[in-house]
Amino acid sequence: MTDITKEAMMPPRSFLSQDAIQVFYRLLAALLICAVLAVLSDSFLSLGNILNVLRQASLTFFIASGLTLVVLTAGLDLSVGANVALSACIAGTVIHKTGSPALGILTGLACGGLVGLLNGIMVTALRIPSFIATYGMLWVLNGLTYWYMAGETLHGFPAGFRQIGSGYLFGLPIPVYLLLVFLGIGTLFAQRTIWGQEIYAIGANPVAARLSGIPVARRLLLVYAVSGTMAGLASIIFLSRLNSAEADIGESLTLPAIAAVLIGGTSLFGGVGTVFGTFIGALILTLVLNGMNLLSVSANWQPLVTGIIVILAVWLDMKTRRRAQ
Amino acid sequence: MSDALPIEVTSPTPLLELRGINKEFPGVKALDDVSFAVYPGEVHMLLGENGAGKSSLMKVLCGAYRADAGEFYHNGEKVAISSTADAQKLGIAVIFQEFSLVPYLDIAQNIFLGREPKGRIPGTIDRRRILADAKRVLDTIGFDIDPSTTVDKLGVAQQQMVEIAKAISQNARILVMDEPTAALSDRETELLFALIARLKADGVSIVYISHRMAEVFALGDRITVLRDGRRIDGVKPADVTPDQLVRMMVGRNVDMTYPRNFADKPGELLLEVKGLSAATGISDINIEVRRGEIVGLCGLVGSGRSEVARAIFGADPVSSGEIIFDGKAISGEPDLAARRGIALIPESRKSEGLALLRSVGDNLVVSALKKLFPSGLFDQRSAQRTSDGLIRQLRIATPSARQTVGLLSGGNQQKVVIGKWLAAGSKLFIFDEPTRGIDIGAKSEIFALIDRLVAEGAAALMISSEQVEICHVCDRAYVMREGRIAGHLTRNELTEENIVRLGMHHA
Repeated sequence: MTDITKEAMMPPRSFLSQDAIQVFYRLLAALLICAVLAVLSDSFLSLGNILNVLRQASLTFFIASGLTLVVLTAGLDLSVGANVALSACIAGTVIHKTGSPALGILTGLACGGLVGLLNGIMVTALRIPSFIATYGMLWVLNGLTYWYMAGETLHGFPAGFRQIGSGYLFGLPIPVYLLLVFLGIGTLFAQRTIWGQEIYAIGANPVAARLSGIPVARRLLLVYAVSGTMAGLASIIFLSRLNSAEADIGESLTLPAIAAVLIGGTSLFGGVGTVFGTFIGALILTLVLNGMNLLSVSANWQPLVTGIIVILAVWLDMKTRRRAQ
Repeated sequence: MSDALPIEVTSPTPLLELRGINKEFPGVKALDDVSFAVYPGEVHMLLGENGAGKSSLMKVLCGAYRADAGEFYHNGEKVAISSTADAQKLGIAVIFQEFSLVPYLDIAQNIFLGREPKGRIPGTIDRRRILADAKRVLDTIGFDIDPSTTVDKLGVAQQQMVEIAKAISQNARILVMDEPTAALSDRETELLFALIARLKADGVSIVYISHRMAEVFALGDRITVLRDGRRIDGVKPADVTPDQLVRMMVGRNVDMTYPRNFADKPGELLLEVKGLSAATGISDINIEVRRGEIVGLCGLVGSGRSEVARAIFGADPVSSGEIIFDGKAISGEPDLAARRGIALIPESRKSEGLALLRSVGDNLVVSALKKLFPSGLFDQRSAQRTSDGLIRQLRIATPSARQTVGLLSGGNQQKVVIGKWLAAGSKLFIFDEPTRGIDIGAKSEIFALIDRLVAEGAAALMISSEQVEICHVCDRAYVMREGRIAGHLTRNELTEENIVRLGMHHA
C-alpha cells in the first residue's frame, strides 16, 4: 500500500478533521440519494415533499441527538423509545387535566429527563453496563405506560399545542426550526464546551479520563439526563403531531434512532462522532424511506434497506479508520 | 525446617539442564546466555530483582516462551522445549502466582480439566472415577479435602494445593513455583514447606522463585542469582551470607548520570500522609513530601507502591488515615485531587495515561480544560496555542498537535502525560515508573524535566523499580514491603543495597 507511506509523509490528521471527512462523505451520500430520487421521481423535488422529509427526519433526530452523546461515551440508551411513550402519555394527561399546554410540555420534558437521570444513576452509581441498564429500563417504562394507560387513547389537544408538530412559520414546518435550533445547540455543546470535550475524552478512554481529573460519573449522569430530556422533547412533538397518545407509540422509535447515530458515523466504541453526522444519518434514513414511498416500493422492504445501510456505513468507517492508523 | 531436608545432591546428571539460553524482546535482552541446571529431588532457589529475568527463565522452562538460542538436556539427553506441550511431556509444571483454576468447577474437575475420564455413554464424564482419582492424588500430597468442593469456596493456600495436585496428577517431576508463599499465612507456609519436603523425598525437583531471605536459606539446596538477564552465580546456601546474596543481586551497574540540582534545604511541607490504609492492601502509610524535593517510593513490584500513589490521588478508596495537601485535608475522587494540584503519571501510560486515538493536542489540554476555559466554552484555537507551547517547551517530537498520540514513541508519549499536568498547573507530581519502556536519551530528558519542575517549587513522589535512578535523582526515599513502609533512607543512606535490604522479606 503506497497510501501508508504517503500517510507517514503527510502531516497527519487529528480526529477532528477525520470527523470532518466522515461528515463530508455522508453529505455526499445524502446528495447522491437525492439526485437519484430526483431522476426517478418527479415529485421528489417538490417543496412539499422536501419539507415533509425534513419534518420526518427531525423526529428521529431529536431522539438520536441525545443518544449520540451517550454513544460518544461508549454507552447506549435503549430506553429512548419507551421514554417517548411514557413522557407523551403523561404530558397528554397533564394537558387534558389542566388545559395548560405549557405545563404539559414541562411535565413531558421533566419526565424524559428524570428517566434519563435514573439511567445515569444505574450506569454510574450501580455500575450496571448501560446496555443492560437501559434495556431493563425499556421494559420498566413499557410496563408503567401500559399500566397507566390501561388500553386507553388520549385524543384531542388544543389547537395552539398542535401547532408545534404540524404548524408552519414563514412557510417552514415548526419542527424544522426546532431541528435547526437543536442541531446548533448539540453541535455547540459537543464541540465548543469543555463538557463536550470531556465527553469525547471519556469515550476515548474512561480510565485515562478519570485519572486525568475528569469527573466521569457526573458527566455520564449529564449525558444520560440529556438523552432522556431529548426523548421528552420528541414526545411533545409526537403528541402534538399525532394529536393523540397511546402506550405503544415508542416501540418503533429506538432502533431507527440508533440507526441514525450509526449511519451518522458515531462509533459504538466511543470517542468518535458528531451530532451533525447524526443529523445526516437521520436524513439519509428518511430519504430512503421517502424514496421508497414515492417509487411505490412496499414499506415491508424498508427494514431490510435500513439494515444494509447501517452495516455498510459502519464497515466503511472502520475501513477508513483502520487505514488512518 | 532445614533439618527436614537433608538430601545432598549426589546425582551427577541433572534432571534438566539449560545451556546458553538467550531471549530477546524488542529493545530488551531478557535472558543473556543463561545456563541453569536442576538435579533430581532438589529445591533450587531462583533469586533476582524485578526485571532480572526470573519470569522469562520460568516461561522458557515451561515452554510459554521460545528461547532465541540455547540447548535443553533432559537426563543428559538433548531435547527441545518449544511449546507448553513439550514441557509437560518432560514433566515440567509451573505454579504461577495467579492460579489458573476455574472457580465454579469442583476440585476434581479442575485437577482433570481437559483429561476427564470418559463415561460409558459417549460424551459423558465418569463422575465416580474422577472423584476417586482426585482423592488419590490429593492423598499423595496429604491434602485432606472433599474433591467435590467447588474451587471458589477455597482459600488461597488450598487453591495452591489444588494446583500442586493438578501438576502431580500430570506426573510432574519438576515443579516451578513463583513466590508461592507470597499470599500465605505463617501456618500455611509451614504446611507448604512440609509438602515440599515430601515431594523432594519422592524425587520431585522444585524451582523456587523467592524474595524472602529466610526461606531461601531454610529451603534451598542451591541458589541461582540472576541480574539484568544474566546468570550471576550459582551457590549453596551454606557458602553465602544474606548480605553477599544482596550484593550479587544488585551488582555494580554501569555508571549512569542523571541531571539533578539538589536544593540546599527543602521547601515547605506540601504533602503529608498519615496512617493511610486502603483495601488495596496498603496499611499505615506515613509519607511527607516538601516543595523542591523528589522523594522516591521503592520496594518490590507488588509491595504496594502504586496503591499508595492511587490512594493519594483518590483513584482508590481509602479506608483510614489522612492525606493533607497544601495544608488542607483531601479526600475524594481524582477530579478533586487534580483540581487541588496533584498529578498522577500512571505506570501504564497507554491504558491509563492517554486516549491513544485522540490527538496530541487533545491529550495535552484534557486536564486543564477548566483552567484554560473558565467560562466553560471551549476554543479550539486557544487550546491549540496551549498545546503548541507545551510541545515546544517539552520538545515533544511530533509533526503537529493534531498527530494521533498513539503514534508517538514511548518517551514522547510520556512527555504528553507530563505535559497535560503542566498545563493544569499541578504542584505535586506522582510518577509511577516514569521511565518504563523509554530509551536512555528520553530518560535523562524526563529527569531533567522533573528536576526543573521541583526547582520551580513543585514536588515529586517517584515510584521506580530502577534503583539506580532512585539513587541518582531522589533527595530521599521510602522503601515499601508487603503494603507497609519498611524504612526511610536519607540522601546519604540512599544506596541500591539499602533499598534491596529494606525491600526484601526477612521474616
